[in-house]
Amino acid sequence: MRVTRVLFAAVAVVMGLSGCSIQPWVKPYEREHLADPIMAFDRNPVSSAYLDHVFEAREGARGASGSAGGGCGCN
Amino acid sequence: MPFLKRWLALAGLVGAALGVTTQAFAGVLPEDRADVLYHRYQGGGITIDGPSVLIRKKFGDKFSVAANYYQDMVSSASIDVKLSASKYEETRKQKSISFDYLRGKATYSAGVIDSKESDYIADTAFFSLSQDMFGDLTTVSLSYKRGWNHVFRNVKQADGTKIRDPTFEDGADSRGYSVGLSQILTRNLILALNYEVITDEGFLNSPYRSVRFATPGGGFSLEREIYPRTHTSNAVSARLKYYLPYRAALEGSYRFYTDTWGVIANNVEINYTQPAFKRWILDGRVRYYKQTHADFYSDLFPRSQSQNFEARDKELATFDNIAIGVGASYEFTIPRVRWVQKSTVNARFDHLMINYDDFRDATQNDPANGIVAGAEPLYKLNANVFELFVSIWF
Amino acid sequence: MMPRFAPFAVRALAVLAVALPVLATSSSAPAPDFSLPSNSGKTINLSQYKGQVVMINFWATWCGPCRQEMPLLEGIYKKYNKMGFTMLGVNVEPDSKPAEAWLKQTPVSFPVLFDKESKVSTLYKVSGMPSTVIIDRKGNVQFIHRGYKPGDENEYLNSIRSLVRQ
Repeated sequence: MRVTRVLFAAVAVVMGLSGCSIQPWVKPYEREHLADPIMAFDRNPVSSAYLDHVFEAREGARGASGSAGGGCGCN
Repeated sequence: MPFLKRWLALAGLVGAALGVTTQAFAGVLPEDRADVLYHRYQGGGITIDGPSVLIRKKFGDKFSVAANYYQDMVSSASIDVKLSASKYEETRKQKSISFDYLRGKATYSAGVIDSKESDYIADTAFFSLSQDMFGDLTTVSLSYKRGWNHVFRNVKQADGTKIRDPTFEDGADSRGYSVGLSQILTRNLILALNYEVITDEGFLNSPYRSVRFATPGGGFSLEREIYPRTHTSNAVSARLKYYLPYRAALEGSYRFYTDTWGVIANNVEINYTQPAFKRWILDGRVRYYKQTHADFYSDLFPRSQSQNFEARDKELATFDNIAIGVGASYEFTIPRVRWVQKSTVNARFDHLMINYDDFRDATQNDPANGIVAGAEPLYKLNANVFELFVSIWF
Repeated sequence: MMPRFAPFAVRALAVLAVALPVLATSSSAPAPDFSLPSNSGKTINLSQYKGQVVMINFWATWCGPCRQEMPLLEGIYKKYNKMGFTMLGVNVEPDSKPAEAWLKQTPVSFPVLFDKESKVSTLYKVSGMPSTVIIDRKGNVQFIHRGYKPGDENEYLNSIRSLVRQ
C-alpha cells in the first residue's frame, strides 16, 4: 500500500539521519523553560483527549492532534 | 436511538482514549499520576456526561502502564432525533490500557481500547514508537492503529423497551497511520508537526439516521441514508509553543484536513497559559474551524433516491465552529500524605458556536405558512462543555 | 600450539586498544580548572582539591532525575569524605534562587556551586542532565556519566572506591 511505503521511507530517513552528528544548539543545561510544565503540549492528557473527542464528534475532521517531545530532555 | 454514531465510534478508533492515547514520550517515561475527571456536554438538545479516570504508574525504570475508564451517559433529543424519533438515553463504557517501554532514547508503546454500548462495539489496538535524536532536540514518532467495530440497531417495542433488531448487524474496520516530529527550535520555542491518515471500510454511517427529499406541496419525506463503504482521510497539523519571559506560554496551531468524501477542513487555534498567584495556572483558548460539505451531502434531495450516496448528517455539512474556552488549575498540598508529590484541582469551560451554511432546521417546516422544505432557517448549534478534575502525581 | 586465528586476534585487539579510549569519552584527560561562587558564600576553585578524589555533579531544580539523585550523592559524600573524597554540586541555572529554595527543603552538606553563565557546563561539554564527572587525585577525569536512573549510583561507587585507594 502506498502509505506503508511512504512510512517505511520515513523510518529509513529518520534512522539514517540519527547517524549524523549535529551539535545541539540548545544545550541540555539550557532547557529550563522547555521543562516548565506550562510548556508541555499536553499538560492534562485526560482533559485534552476529552476535548479532542468533543470536536471530532461534532465535526467532520479527525486526526493529527497528537504531539510528543520537548520537556527537560533528562537522561 | 443513537444518532451520534460518529461521537461514539470515534473514541474507539482515533485513540481519543482519554489519557491512554498513542502519544509517545521518547527518552523519558511519562510521570506517574492519577486523574479523576467529570465531563459534561450540553447543546442542541443533547446532554452527555460522565466520568473519566486515569492511572499511570512506572514499574522499574523502563516500563510504564496506564489504564483508563471512561463513560458517556447520553440523553438525547437532538435535531435529528426530534425529526424522526423520540428522546433516548444510552450509556457508553470505554476501558483502555497501554504500556510504554523505554529503551535508551526510544519509547515503544502499545495498547488496546474497548468501547461498548447497546448497539455499538468498538475495539482498537495501537502501537507506536518514538525516538529522540540530535541531542534530544528532535523527537520522531510513528504509530499504527487498527480498529474493529460492530454495529447493531435497536428497535423500540410497543411497551417502550429497546431490543436489538435481529435483522441488522454490520461491521467496520479501520487502519490509521501517523508520523510526528517535534523539534526544539530555541530555548523558548518548540514546534510539533503531525500527519495522520485513516482508512475505514464497512458500515460507516448510522442505522437510524435519514436523509430527506422534497415532496410536492413544500413538504418532505425521509429515507435511509446511504454512505460509501470506504473512507480515507488525511490530516496534517503544526503546533508552535513559545515561552514568554514573564513566565507564560503562548501556542498557535493549524490543521488541514481532507478526505475521500470531499470534506475539506481548516482549523486554527490559539492557547495562552498564565501562572498566577503562586498556585494557580490559567488557560484561555480560541479555536476557529471551517469545513465544506461532503460530496454526497445535501440538506434536501430533489426526489427519492436521487443519488447513489446520500447523507444529511450535519457533521458532513458546510459550517464553521468558533470555540472559546477558559480553564483554571489550583495546586494544593495534602497534609501528612507524603507519597503525593503534587496535586491539582482543575475546572474548564468551553463554549462552541456552530453555524451551518447548508443544514436547515427541518422541524420548522411549515408549508402552510410559507416555510417550504429548503427554506427553513439554517441551523445553529451552541454547546457548553464543562470539565472538573483532580490530578495527583506520586 | 597457537591457534590459526591468533595473528588476527592480536591485530583485532590492537585496533580495539586504540579505539576504546576514543569510545570511552575522554578518560585520563586533565580536568579543566574553574572558579565559581558557592552556597557558603566563598568562591571555590577546582584546583584547591588537588590530591583528593572529586566528583562533580551538574544538576538543576527543573530536572527530575537530578533531584532524585541528590540524596544519594549526599550519602556518598558522607561515606567517603573522610577518605580524601569531595563532592561538588554544580547548579546550572541562570538564577540561583530556585536552587537555594530547594536546598532549604533538601539540604546537602557538600558544596553547591552556581554556574550562572554556563561557563563550567560549556568547559566540561555537559551533554545531558544530570551529568557526573569523577576526577582522580592527580586531577585527571576518570569517569563520565550522563543522566541518572536508579542503580547508576553503583557505577559511581565502583569508580570512587578504586580511586580513593590510590
